[in-house]
Amino acid sequence: MSEAMHAHVEAATGHGVHHDEHNGHGHHHQSFVSKYVFSMDHKTIGKQFLITGIVWAIIGGLFSVLFRLQLGYPGQTFPILETFFGHWAEGGIIKPEFYYALVTMHGTVLVFFVLTAGLSGTFANFLIPLQIGARDMASPFINMLSYWFFFLASVVMLASMFVQTGPASGGWTMYPPLSALGQANDGSKIGADLWLISMALFIVSSLLGGLNYISTILNMRTKGMSMTRLPLTIWALFFTAVLGVLSFPVLLSGAVLLLFDRNLGTSFFLSDIVVNGEILPNEGGSAILYQHLFWFLGHPEVYIILLPAMGMVSEIMSVNSRKPIFGYMAMLGSLFAIAILAFLVWAHHMFVTGLNPFLGSVFVLLTLLIAVPSAIKVFNWLTTLWRGNIRFTPGMLFAIGFVSLFISGGLTGIFLGNSTIDIHLHDTMFVVAHFHIVMGVASMFGMFAGIYHWFPKMFGRYLNTTLAYLHFWVTLIGAYLIFWPMHYQGLAGIPRRYLDKSGWHSFNQFGDLDKMITVVSVVVFAVQLMFVFNFFYSIFKGRKVTSTNPWGATTLEWTTPINPGHGNWEGEIPEVHRWAYDYAKDGRDFIPQTEPIGNNESAH
Amino acid sequence: MEIVTTPQRKKIHPHKFTLWVAIGSILMMFAGLTSAFIIKSNMVGWREVAMPRIFWVSTAVMLASSLTMQLALKAFKERKMINYRSLIAVTFTLGVAFVIMQWVGFRELWEVKRIYFTGSTGAGQFLYVIFGLHGLHVVGGVIALLVMFIKAFFGKTKNYSSVPVEVAATYWHFVDLLWVYLFVFFLVIG
Repeated sequence: MSEAMHAHVEAATGHGVHHDEHNGHGHHHQSFVSKYVFSMDHKTIGKQFLITGIVWAIIGGLFSVLFRLQLGYPGQTFPILETFFGHWAEGGIIKPEFYYALVTMHGTVLVFFVLTAGLSGTFANFLIPLQIGARDMASPFINMLSYWFFFLASVVMLASMFVQTGPASGGWTMYPPLSALGQANDGSKIGADLWLISMALFIVSSLLGGLNYISTILNMRTKGMSMTRLPLTIWALFFTAVLGVLSFPVLLSGAVLLLFDRNLGTSFFLSDIVVNGEILPNEGGSAILYQHLFWFLGHPEVYIILLPAMGMVSEIMSVNSRKPIFGYMAMLGSLFAIAILAFLVWAHHMFVTGLNPFLGSVFVLLTLLIAVPSAIKVFNWLTTLWRGNIRFTPGMLFAIGFVSLFISGGLTGIFLGNSTIDIHLHDTMFVVAHFHIVMGVASMFGMFAGIYHWFPKMFGRYLNTTLAYLHFWVTLIGAYLIFWPMHYQGLAGIPRRYLDKSGWHSFNQFGDLDKMITVVSVVVFAVQLMFVFNFFYSIFKGRKVTSTNPWGATTLEWTTPINPGHGNWEGEIPEVHRWAYDYAKDGRDFIPQTEPIGNNESAH
Repeated sequence: MEIVTTPQRKKIHPHKFTLWVAIGSILMMFAGLTSAFIIKSNMVGWREVAMPRIFWVSTAVMLASSLTMQLALKAFKERKMINYRSLIAVTFTLGVAFVIMQWVGFRELWEVKRIYFTGSTGAGQFLYVIFGLHGLHVVGGVIALLVMFIKAFFGKTKNYSSVPVEVAATYWHFVDLLWVYLFVFFLVIG
């Protein structure tokens, strides 16, 4: 029996993970390089994505602190800036070019490198095989390539920050003609080319990853693991991968055309431009075309960022409420609805581009429809908490924080989704507040929840809980203090992307508010560094995990050894007999998915 | 020994499935490009392009290579390894010939029809980008064929799993059909 199973596993995964099935001593004679660097173990690849993501998060976060200094204290000198950044901050004052480079890189890094690669790269790799009962991904080799393409993209992006003319600085959306013409600003010289090359590599990475996630979830589930027995994390990661696989190639086509326009003189996006009195030969191009190609990715990208957080929050909330998730099928249906709608709303980013108002009203309707599945999810989270036997673990706190932020940020989405209100609010701080709360901070909370919850599985140790609670409360309060006031600024008409508003009499009333936001940003950033310390310290010195199932969870990853080797399970992969949410059932705290259906139960 | 069949056995092989998802993904990129083409073709300054003759020949070559690829797969499944090797070699040669013909076609557009990158936009610039990207996908397939060809001759282990050959064949048919789609697209709309 077991020999046949092993042969089958061998055939299905196409690599020899069966060597270590008979004992728990892991791979024989694995070198450091094949174990930690060019590893094909999905768990190691997940950790590689996580640690690279953390490095990027520190860089991207630091950038936001720097430009907040400018926004909070315009005109004030910070000599230390000149020490570190030289001519970019001559005399301790951030130059406009530097400011725009910081803003652009903050957006690019956080959206793509942290919240796409760092979030779904980490948890899709780590959780999919463990939670569906597979020894590894469908193609471990492609999976390894996925990380190394991401690494290459990271190297190119990082390198772009050190070229003389600076990195791309036309905004993270890279709209032409600004991004297409080197004459337009310094960031559109070599920096923009490096940005496009880095993003092309990033897209390849995310496609290779996505292909693997989809085929692993659909083809590699263990015996008994039907689709409706999957934990919601897996469903969320599945829809995330589908969104990425269908939308990233469209961004790639936009990036390729932009590279042509920049370097070979084509006119895909350029037309009728005069620079310094010189008429450019480009004719017949359309800058709006780029926006269509960009936002056809750009909007699904929002859900690529958000869905993994939603999935992890659902799982963590159920585990720590000691209750089944409320409305499993409704959760699944709403994920599906969000995934479909994600492709049908991109033009709501383009209401003021001269879009036909009738077309705009169609996009308003489709956009507002997203409120329905979103509300279903919120109600289901709240009803999961309702009368639960709640354990306030750090992971659980961040999960609850996610729901709070998702509600606050989601409601302002209804404002912006209406084209009439958007005409007033577009390009103001209101938009900044909206997407930071609903997408940025909320997804970061989902990521933190995931890290705190699965850290014991990743490293066999716990994160320090005291630091975790401090991390949570400061971050939650700080996030609201930073972004809530920006709504008022936006309603008052303060535009985003302005580095100094002091020239406008009407905006002067917000000077102290901007100072407060800056101070809080610095505090929140410091607390994130504390988390990073906690993370790396706990890998080596954290409290050791002593039981295989520390949270009392039903899912399969907790049936593996405390420090699972490549192949995850010693001996056979367990068979699944029930769904993932049998908590507080028949007088028992929880029933693992591997336990057969008893005589007094009906199959689920 | 007891024979165990698991439900996973009957499913499509993960590598084949991965390829199908990848095909969907590649299609999205070309859908993005061709819809950009349609939008742009309604704007001022648009210039149409006359298709070089050689692209008709390369279409025939591509279709023929699909046929030889299918025959190679059949030969492999029937364990006729000598036939398999020669058919893979023929497919590889046709693939290389296709890429060369595309290059010749580009040269003709550039030197005879004088369609350059600079200046006003038109179908010609899109043609370079779209056919060029398709050509890159063919080059990827050609490299895969080369690897399979070398393995068929020098491979030390005997591998009777037809999955890699099937995956290569499916991909090859895909770049073939993609070419036909793009060619017809340019003939009709360009």
